[in-house]
Amino acid sequence: MDLGFEVTDLPASDHPEPGDVAPDFTRPLVAPEYWADASLSAVVAEGPTLLVFHPMDGAFPTTYMWNAIDDHGFAADVQLIGVSVSSPYEHTDLLDERAADARLFSDPDAGVAAAYGVENHLDGMAGVTEHRPAVFLLDSDRTVEYAWVADEWPAFPDYEAVAAAIDAHA
Amino acid sequence: MSESDPQITLYRLQACPFCERVVRVLDALDLDYESRFVEPMHSDRNVVKRVSGKRSVPAIVDETTGVTMSESANIVEYLEHTYDDGGAA
Repeated sequence: MDLGFEVTDLPASDHPEPGDVAPDFTRPLVAPEYWADASLSAVVAEGPTLLVFHPMDGAFPTTYMWNAIDDHGFAADVQLIGVSVSSPYEHTDLLDERAADARLFSDPDAGVAAAYGVENHLDGMAGVTEHRPAVFLLDSDRTVEYAWVADEWPAFPDYEAVAAAIDAHA
Repeated sequence: MSESDPQITLYRLQACPFCERVVRVLDALDLDYESRFVEPMHSDRNVVKRVSGKRSVPAIVDETTGVTMSESANIVEYLEHTYDDGGAA
């Protein structure tokens, strides 16, 4: 973005890099009709997975990210899995509106954000830590094929780079 | 999602006392089950309608016996009858 002023930097993140095995976790996984506890390892075993961390549902970066992912049609080539602090009820509403064919983990205490090094302690929302925008392309044993983590607030994925990674690996 | 998935699926609504009643019995009988949470609005429960014929919860699907059932009293009776003396025959 060229806004003519500095965008807020986020601290350096210690996140999984290509070649690493992404941390496993279990959280409620929300599909359009119901939610149930699921592990990431069980989900990725079904095929290549784009794991998308995003701010809480309703925040504009979340809307922009899912609209862009929908527009790029990534769901045709990978499983789309989101993660945010939002509740399953909010995730259900999000899935009604966008994120076609995606499923969304609910991680209210941002424990998964901590495990992935993508925490964002929100200024002006006391006590709230959420996930900074981040994208990981995982193969079926959770090996990271591509990783991007926001280093500014806000920042958005390079969707063409994501598409190239999907073309190369999925 | 895997071969070790529970044989019993419980469709439930958060804080629904009828559902919690079934959970107590499942736990008392030491039965493994997967909880699938659905929406409070009846009209948003198509998945329950598809599996059980009605939109009411609780509803269970027991792959071991092929039984699908609604109504907590019926479910409790079924579970105790089927599993309370050493498991399904």
